[in-house]
Amino acid sequence: MPPVISIAGLSKTYGTGFAALKNVDLEIRKGEILALLGPNGAGKTTLISIVCGLVRPSAGTVTVDGHDIISAFRATRALIGLVPQELTTDAFETVWATVKLSRGLFGKRRDDGFLEKLLKVLSLWDKKDTRMMHLSGGMKRRVMIAKALSHEPEILFLDEPTAGVDVELRQDMWALVRGLRERGVTIILTTHYIEEAEEMADRIGVINKGELILVQDKAELMASLGKKQLTLLLAEPLAAVPEALSRHKLDLTEDGLSLVYTYETHGERTGITSLLQDVNAASVRFRDLVTDNSSLEEIFVSLVTERA
Amino acid sequence: MNLPAVRAIYLFEMSRTFRTLLQSVVSPVISTSLYFVVFGAAIGSRMTAIDGVDYGAFIVPGLMMLTLLTQSIANASFGIYFPQFTGTIYEILSAPISVVEIVLGYVGAAATKSFVLGLIILLTAAFFVDLRIEHPLVMALFLVLTCVTFSMFGFLIGIWADNFEKLQLVPLLIVTPLAFLGGSFYSIDMLPPLWRTVTLFNPVVYLISGFRWSFYGTSDVDIWVSLGATVGFMFVCAFAIWWIFKTGWRLKP
Ligand SMILES: Nc1ncnc2c1ncn2[C@@H]1O[C@H](COP(=O)(O)OP(=O)(O)OP(=O)(O)O)[C@@H](O)[C@H]1O
Ligand SMILES: [Mg+2]
Repeated sequence: MPPVISIAGLSKTYGTGFAALKNVDLEIRKGEILALLGPNGAGKTTLISIVCGLVRPSAGTVTVDGHDIISAFRATRALIGLVPQELTTDAFETVWATVKLSRGLFGKRRDDGFLEKLLKVLSLWDKKDTRMMHLSGGMKRRVMIAKALSHEPEILFLDEPTAGVDVELRQDMWALVRGLRERGVTIILTTHYIEEAEEMADRIGVINKGELILVQDKAELMASLGKKQLTLLLAEPLAAVPEALSRHKLDLTEDGLSLVYTYETHGERTGITSLLQDVNAASVRFRDLVTDNSSLEEIFVSLVTERA
Repeated sequence: MNLPAVRAIYLFEMSRTFRTLLQSVVSPVISTSLYFVVFGAAIGSRMTAIDGVDYGAFIVPGLMMLTLLTQSIANASFGIYFPQFTGTIYEILSAPISVVEIVLGYVGAAATKSFVLGLIILLTAAFFVDLRIEHPLVMALFLVLTCVTFSMFGFLIGIWADNFEKLQLVPLLIVTPLAFLGGSFYSIDMLPPLWRTVTLFNPVVYLISGFRWSFYGTSDVDIWVSLGATVGFMFVCAFAIWWIFKTGWRLKP
């Protein structure tokens, strides 16, 4: 199946001379949830803004459903819904008026029934005649989502949708996203909550300093980069890793009370057996032993710092 | 052409107008009435007729133009400045619409509002003076042209302005003086020759002169020159708007 969004050689240098994106290639599959991770200022919003037509690319091409985003902008933009990172609202307008405007802007015929259903799903129906300035931050965020969905887009961009959102709304939001995906909507989201990407995404892309340093299936990523740690909690503190254990890659914690052994889960041999034999032989006594899976967060941090 | 989008923008903007109906209609009506009381009744009674037109009636076209210019610019500039200021313009810029739909929606709404305002002022004027309109079709044409052209001009100012001061700057510093010096309250024939020549560089002169011709059949400059100058300015504004959206100036980094 051809990708629904195809980005090739995309670069952006802002008027200030700052290169926010450097030669990015990315293909987004129809119906997937792609999470873009990256530290502040990495270029996530810039990437999204170019696809949506808010920022002009400096080089490269983007096609959406086979159409070029510049020469065939009507075709591409009609397919896309965007929830921007910033909460921007028409303070004096009602929820209903803004949502209706959005639907019209994207060329859809008036359909009050659809908008009513949408507002109900987002628990906004009782607020429909409330002016935006009288809504709480979380409600405004819901209105932004309602606006993006008001024209029934096939592709949805969510730029940090859960920043500053309470647990309940966050869960509602993820339920909504799952529902959209079931209906075949492609979703691209950025987030700083790695557990969110871990839970929601099919694929994960990592952007750092304007470069897309990795795009991979989440499961594969976790498996291939996954490391496990075995921690031995010692009965008595050690001053240094004993000479007899030096062939194992061991770290001693500062308090001298734990030995940490890191190993690759996909390796043929984990080396645990020989380690434990050597520990015994060196008569290092331990009280307990713990193992840990590295989380996406650790993978992410190691990726980003590796290239810094 | 994305007609639902034009409709959506137009209705959205018009509803803003209705919400602020009082400010948008009452204040121009009051200020126009004040002009009539002061210039028409108080001063006008001591003025001789100009070109056979009673002074009170003479100032009606100029007064209407004064209000139409300032109101068209104010409406249209605010209409586009505000979403830029709050950031909601992202939606317009990411929608499947071109500059044509954007202008039809925003400028159309601002021009409609000015047009209705023009009619209201005309009615108000009819209370104070004896009005006669010799060329009603030409009058309507001038009215529409002025509303559209200066709404476009206001739209440009709204995009150009990056703070509230600038938004006020052009109307206050340029448009109002030009309108006052453009023959709203006098015939430029009343000026000494040198000043008359200087005045001919003021574009508003052509507007007011042409508009007055549609009322009383007398004008300072030829009606065709007036019409041509107004249409010309409209095209300049249209081209400037097209250029802005093509290059993304002020709108897209
Ligand atoms: N209009 C602009 N002009 C100049 N530089 C800009 C502009 N917009 C963004 N930048 C710069 O480009 C870089 C990338 O910004 P971007 O908003 O894409 O980052 P981000 O990954 O979305 O970050 P965050 O996680 O903080 O939202 C930043 O260094 C930012 O300062
Ligand atoms: Mg961002």
